[in-house]
Amino acid sequence: MSLALCLYITIKNNYMNSFKKLLGYLWMLIAPCIILFLVYEAYDKISNAAAALQSNVILQWVIILLIFTPICIGFFIFGNYASKGEYDHLPEASSEMD
Amino acid sequence: MSQEIKQNNIAFVIGASSVGTLIEWYDFYIFGMLATIISKQFFPADAGTAALLSTLAIFAAGFIVRPFGALVFGRLGDLIGRKHTFLLTLILMGGSTFAIGLVPGYATIGWAAPILVLILRLLQGLALGGEYGGAATYVAEHAPAGQRGFWTSWIQTTATLGLFLALGIIILIRTNQGVENFSAEWGGWRYPFWISILLVGVSVLIRMRMSESPMFSKLKSEGKTSSNPLKESFGQKRNFKMVLLALFGAVMGQGVVWYTGQFYAQSFIETVCKIDFIQSRNIMLVAILMATPCFVLFGWLSDKVGRKWIMLLGMLAAVFTYRPIYQQILNISSAQHRIDKIDLTKTVASPVIIKTDSKEATKIYVTQSFDTAYTDGAVFKYTKTDTLNLGATYNALIPIDSLNPGLIVSKSAKPNVVIEKTLGRGDAWSMIWLVFIQIVYVTMVYGPIAAFLVEMFPTKIRYTSMSLPYHIGNGVFGGLVPFLGTLIVEFSKTAQNPNGDSLAGLWYPIGVAAVCFIIGLVYLTNKIDKNVMD
Repeated sequence: MSLALCLYITIKNNYMNSFKKLLGYLWMLIAPCIILFLVYEAYDKISNAAAALQSNVILQWVIILLIFTPICIGFFIFGNYASKGEYDHLPEASSEMD
Repeated sequence: MSQEIKQNNIAFVIGASSVGTLIEWYDFYIFGMLATIISKQFFPADAGTAALLSTLAIFAAGFIVRPFGALVFGRLGDLIGRKHTFLLTLILMGGSTFAIGLVPGYATIGWAAPILVLILRLLQGLALGGEYGGAATYVAEHAPAGQRGFWTSWIQTTATLGLFLALGIIILIRTNQGVENFSAEWGGWRYPFWISILLVGVSVLIRMRMSESPMFSKLKSEGKTSSNPLKESFGQKRNFKMVLLALFGAVMGQGVVWYTGQFYAQSFIETVCKIDFIQSRNIMLVAILMATPCFVLFGWLSDKVGRKWIMLLGMLAAVFTYRPIYQQILNISSAQHRIDKIDLTKTVASPVIIKTDSKEATKIYVTQSFDTAYTDGAVFKYTKTDTLNLGATYNALIPIDSLNPGLIVSKSAKPNVVIEKTLGRGDAWSMIWLVFIQIVYVTMVYGPIAAFLVEMFPTKIRYTSMSLPYHIGNGVFGGLVPFLGTLIVEFSKTAQNPNGDSLAGLWYPIGVAAVCFIIGLVYLTNKIDKNVMD
């Protein structure tokens, strides 16, 4: 019974770790897509903005791009770590982080 | 006896830390809550939307600068200690808030006004960035093992109680002064900023009596503190990967749920539903008051069942119920849904009021109000103001009906229409419950988060490591909910639908919470770290 349980947990963990890695690639893919999407939206909205509002729209999009680009880079790094199995086991004590 | 002293000590630690943090939140919120008045006072009068967006941008800047505050003060906290660092942030916050209340309006000092306000707002953001991590760390490092969720949840209530205090003070002053006096250049809207200096003074005195965190003192006496907390936190993969996991797997979702429940809800009720200023704030106040004990409840529960599932459940509930909740809020305040309830005996049109422009004697404002009363006690007030330019100075003795039409040179193409809705008791309560549900979600995601973050990082770099993801998640992802929500609604406006989709702004918090839920579900563990002494 306990052997079956151990086997189940091992298989489950293996599957889970593979899933974590697979999702890591997805995050790595999504991160640049978000940046491209934001750049496209910025271009679209700025070029379609009324002349009187254009400077305001430019300002808004510059702020958005400046904020979200480093976050997307962080998201890409997170995906990279995940794809390499860095999150397969999380540290349970600070000694594991030294 | 020793147990009792310990309990008294932790109660003092919680009380002293919480009061300071509460005041910092209060300081931070009053700016956002008075954004409409601030935009009128500090920006050119003829650029309504632009001015509001500029203020929102300043609001966002206040949030964006928070992560930098987290780095600056987090580093200090890990180098010199928690106590002195969060004493410094409190003084910086109080000073900036007080100074905002002293800046003359745009009408008096021109562009210097918005520039000064922007600088002070940035200082506020910087201070807040340093405060929370310090307070949460300080309390967690005093809390007994197995009760960390419970004790840190008191710190978590301060963000909501700060909002409550800010709302309460604003309502009190506005009700006493009346709208005109409150909104004047040196009117009552400045009082909440001035009051801050008193609150901060008291809090500084209390905090000066506190001693340093026992864990940090121990590390310091052993010479084991970090010499470069920033490098250790973000330059080393083993820590940095945990910072990223905390941000994307917990805090970013928590941030958007929090700001949607407490800020987007208020802005939606006031600007989209057009609910009266006082009633919209009363709705928020009652909902907040009823839901606040849930912070402690979920903090306590997280000590028993783990932090992960409580936070994820809050996010999931938000993802699936935000749109129905806001649709219901919209329905309650809609005039179309209550045509059959119009009470014709109480529905009145007020007499026409004419005001001459203070600078141009040939320009007049013609205002008339229509109060539509409903059988359930609701009153929807529509006030229409036409601007007329006359060929000669207006004679106040001539009624508007007798005004020679040939005298009118031009008339504003679009009259200024102000809608103020006051709901009946039943509908007001329905709205309170709808906001209450959202704040319960807030308590689920926010109640356990301090304990969760504290347990993720070692003592020597805890202040720095937990502050940054917390303030990116809340400051950037959360703080931008009202700004991006408004922007998304703007983008949904088309020629066919000039008003846009009022609920479109919700896609931002829903999307972020959904991604965070998946990451948290897959990557986080539900284990509670019993030992944070390491």
